[in-house]
Amino acid sequence: MNAIPTRDGFGTELVALGKERKDIVVVSADLEDATRAEFFKKEFPDRFFSLGIAEQDMVGTAVGLALEGYVVFASSFAVFMTNRAYDMIRIDVCQNDANVKIVCSHAGITVGEDGATAQCLEDLALMRVLPNMVVLCPVDTIEAKKATRWMAENFGPCYMRTSRAAVPVITNEADPFIVGKANVMREGKDAAIMACGLMVSEGLKAAEILKKEGIDVRVLNMHTIKPIDADAIIKSAQETGAIVTAEEHQMAGGLGSAVCEVLAQKSPVPVEMIGMNDAYGETGDPEGLLKKYHMKDVDIAQAVKRAIKRKK
Amino acid sequence: MVNRLKGAFVAEQKMDVKALRRKAIEFRRQILEITNSAGSGHPGGSLSAVEILVSLYHYKLRHRPMDPHWAERDRLIISKGHASPVTYVALADSGYFPKEELKTFRKLGARLQGHVHRKVPGVELNTGSLGHGLSVANGMALAAKMKKKDFKIYCLLGDGEIQEGSVWEAAMSSAHFHLNNVCVIVDYNKIQENGLVSEIMNLEPLADKWRSFGWEVAEANGHNFEDLKKALDKFDRSKKPYVIIAHTNKGKGISFMEGKSKWHGKAPNKDELAAALKELEGQEKS
Repeated sequence: MNAIPTRDGFGTELVALGKERKDIVVVSADLEDATRAEFFKKEFPDRFFSLGIAEQDMVGTAVGLALEGYVVFASSFAVFMTNRAYDMIRIDVCQNDANVKIVCSHAGITVGEDGATAQCLEDLALMRVLPNMVVLCPVDTIEAKKATRWMAENFGPCYMRTSRAAVPVITNEADPFIVGKANVMREGKDAAIMACGLMVSEGLKAAEILKKEGIDVRVLNMHTIKPIDADAIIKSAQETGAIVTAEEHQMAGGLGSAVCEVLAQKSPVPVEMIGMNDAYGETGDPEGLLKKYHMKDVDIAQAVKRAIKRKK
Repeated sequence: MVNRLKGAFVAEQKMDVKALRRKAIEFRRQILEITNSAGSGHPGGSLSAVEILVSLYHYKLRHRPMDPHWAERDRLIISKGHASPVTYVALADSGYFPKEELKTFRKLGARLQGHVHRKVPGVELNTGSLGHGLSVANGMALAAKMKKKDFKIYCLLGDGEIQEGSVWEAAMSSAHFHLNNVCVIVDYNKIQENGLVSEIMNLEPLADKWRSFGWEVAEANGHNFEDLKKALDKFDRSKKPYVIIAHTNKGKGISFMEGKSKWHGKAPNKDELAAALKELEGQEKS
């Protein structure tokens, strides 16, 4: 299977958009090489602004440009943007309802060797609690392209998480991508895995493992963390009776929490969560880290069995 | 002042200082009344900025109160968002919304929130958390340059506010991008919530700091209209981002409020309001 970082899809689509529209501008804080905003910079230097290593200033500047009518993409690493510039994102972007698209690479434990400070495991939680914000986590490079285009075409604050690590390409250009609507990657009746980003692939592998044991598992690609697809969650809960969430993120506050908020209020069923359990990461190779912190296909498969066992 | 666009609301080229002084007294009266009526708010840093806002709205800004989103307008960002009383008073006075609405300041359901909010016609940006306005002003200034528009972006900063590091990130950017369409006005009233700025975190040498960041610096007595006019007019010819350090008094105009940090975020009660209004009456006669 072909594997490409989702940041590449972002960078590529940004250039396509820049060719089609004059109102697309990009701001960056010296990481455009890594976020792939550089693709745009090379094509449209007049519409690209580097603010230096100053994320707070970058977000504020993005808002000023947006309030003057531009569609502004602001990119950095997830830690620097969502953690350091949070006050600017909360007030300048979200309270002012500015048309700013925040795109962050280097999220999750698979940032790897750079270690704990660089591995953002809080971004989905931080962005999800902000009113006016849409939160996206594309599953592969093809979906990252579609999400980038959707953000340009729809007014309002957005956050998109992209990956540094190459992730398997598991969708096709023709597949639907509707923000707020989860994609069923595999049907199943015994339990449902709801995952985002890289963990969707792990979930699909888990389903294969379980199939051999006669367990039939549905897998959902939750590319939109906010607005969460409550209908799909309730439907899966009612049809399968057991849910496992999986994300490269703290268990608290992210996709798992968003799913549980819906289930607890509308359709309670047993839930098991895969993610970081209230801990920071550490240096190491991405694969080794995923294993150490129990975010692999086998971990998801075990979680599914636990959830099924808890069914009444 | 040069009329940069016909049909705009451009105030008189000459400044009618006497009329502006009367306006300043009226602004102070309303600031005290609305904070008293709200039972909370920030009178100190509003009273210090009265002449600055009077000069902007009645002399310098190109604006159309009946058309707050007019594309050619000069933008004014109130980065010290707690200066909402003076901002709302100035906007109502210019006709952005009825003066009657000032009574709703800080009340449930009102547009006039405790810190300035874009729902209010004439307010460009929600602020309140300090150190945000200049970056946004820079973004607007970059947009103006890209679109080849000649509107200017003014940004009012508090002195305590510039202790925020983000202000200096933005100050660096303004110079880096040659944004000579940005004019910062620092309301240098020397007092912040818990005491003297110089004791809490000294800003001096302030003019040198801005200069070293690549700005053209003017200093003015922030309560003297002729002084403010001179400083504001010089901005039109600036080749660099431009800052006016306006030396002001916190609580200006009310003897028992002047220079007192406790009036940063406290509204006058009934008796204090009466005493203050009496003082203003005296100033009106003199």
